[in-house]
Amino acid sequence: MSPPVAPPGWSRWLVPPAALSVHLSIGQAYAWSVFKPPLESALGLSGTQSALPFQLGIVMLGLSAAFGGTLVERHGPRWAMTVALVCFSSGFLLSALGAATEQYWLIVLGYGFVGGIGLGTGYISPVSTLIKWFPDRPGMATGIAIMGFGGGALIASPWSAQMLESFGTDNSGIALAFLVHGLAYAVFMLLGVLLVRVPRPRTGADGAPAVLEGVQVSARGAMRTPQFWLLWVVLCTNVTAGIGILEKAAPMITDFFADTSTPVSATAAAGFVALLSAANMAGRIGWSSASDLIGRKNIYRVYLGVGALMYTLIALFGDSSKPLFVLCALVVLSFYGGGFATVPAYLKDLFGTYQVGAIHGRLLTAWSTAGVLGPLIVNWIADRQEEAGKHGAALYGTSFVIMIGLLAVGFVANELVRPVHPRHHVSAAPAGKEAVDVPRQQPESA
Amino acid sequence: MSPDSSQSPPEPPSRRPLIAFTWLWVGLPLAYGLYELVRKATQLFTG
Repeated sequence: MSPPVAPPGWSRWLVPPAALSVHLSIGQAYAWSVFKPPLESALGLSGTQSALPFQLGIVMLGLSAAFGGTLVERHGPRWAMTVALVCFSSGFLLSALGAATEQYWLIVLGYGFVGGIGLGTGYISPVSTLIKWFPDRPGMATGIAIMGFGGGALIASPWSAQMLESFGTDNSGIALAFLVHGLAYAVFMLLGVLLVRVPRPRTGADGAPAVLEGVQVSARGAMRTPQFWLLWVVLCTNVTAGIGILEKAAPMITDFFADTSTPVSATAAAGFVALLSAANMAGRIGWSSASDLIGRKNIYRVYLGVGALMYTLIALFGDSSKPLFVLCALVVLSFYGGGFATVPAYLKDLFGTYQVGAIHGRLLTAWSTAGVLGPLIVNWIADRQEEAGKHGAALYGTSFVIMIGLLAVGFVANELVRPVHPRHHVSAAPAGKEAVDVPRQQPESA
Repeated sequence: MSPDSSQSPPEPPSRRPLIAFTWLWVGLPLAYGLYELVRKATQLFTG
């Protein structure tokens, strides 16, 4: 499938809705927990077993984004969105069959493995295209799409819960809910498939295809640069710090104020979690758009530097003031979202647009690592502190110190980012065509 | 000059209705999600 080229007069404002239709759909993954209790009671599963489809889905997201990125660059966004639609929707249909026949392995295979490929392919599908349409505002453009991934759970969570309430929580009710999800998401994502277009390749005065301007580095070449790995550390530390709060948000706020005159109820804690989701989403579009004005390196200085300051304030004074605790946590979560949304534009600044989608896919392995690291640090330390007889805010003190240290490491990594050495640049190629992945010949002194 | 050569190229069709439709397509579900989120978030202050 060749990339669909925009006809004359095509508006670039049609591309963000195409991206959003995919990201709002695949963001459903974060609402998987809605299906966990019904599955556990209908199929007699443990909590660990019912989490398997989600966990496998996230692993497949990382793997397909990392290894499928080059294919996405080669075949274009429509191909990638079609793969995402087919995989994500079939994942639900297979899960429906699994629930109806009480074959849980089919749900793991369907939602986790097949659907997970849809998650990874869908996540990176519009990134490169958006950056090409909005060269003046790449941060805002990718921020809109990646905000959609956060928004997907906000839609799916109440929607899926209402559906299960209507259809019932036995295996046939769950099967019907999966079936409706598969069909509805297929229709919703179809808009993206039909709508997405790549910009028309510019031509020179003689009618020949224009050459890609500025620095251009291939995905393979990017992996050989220190800049890629420095950004990997930046993303990993920023995400770990965000997950550090997100993972245990409800018990954390309850523990912090348990011994005060104003303890936090379970209902209020749920409200706090919802507020964190709002900050996460707002950070994706807000901070990412701000990066177009103040620069990518500066915005990551804010995420990592001010993030460390917020963690310090929570650690020192968090249990003495509820508004301070809430405010600091919201800021950290907005930086968490902002970090995700700004990184494609940072990659574009360093490596050009040539294979930015594939490079972004490979960088997402930092997300997978942080997804393991963040919860591990916070949960393991909280458990050890509890065993040692501590309670309240003291359960989290050590975790916060580690998070501050990680953010400092990320801050230093960001400071070390420099423009990519010309020896990694690819040979000039016509815009929209395959560039030659041959390093430019440099004089010995270069 | 021939009549053909004096004609300007045809105007591309207006995309405004399509833009409005596509933003509504994604905006309405997102607005529903945000409404549910705000309902839950207010529990922090009332719960």
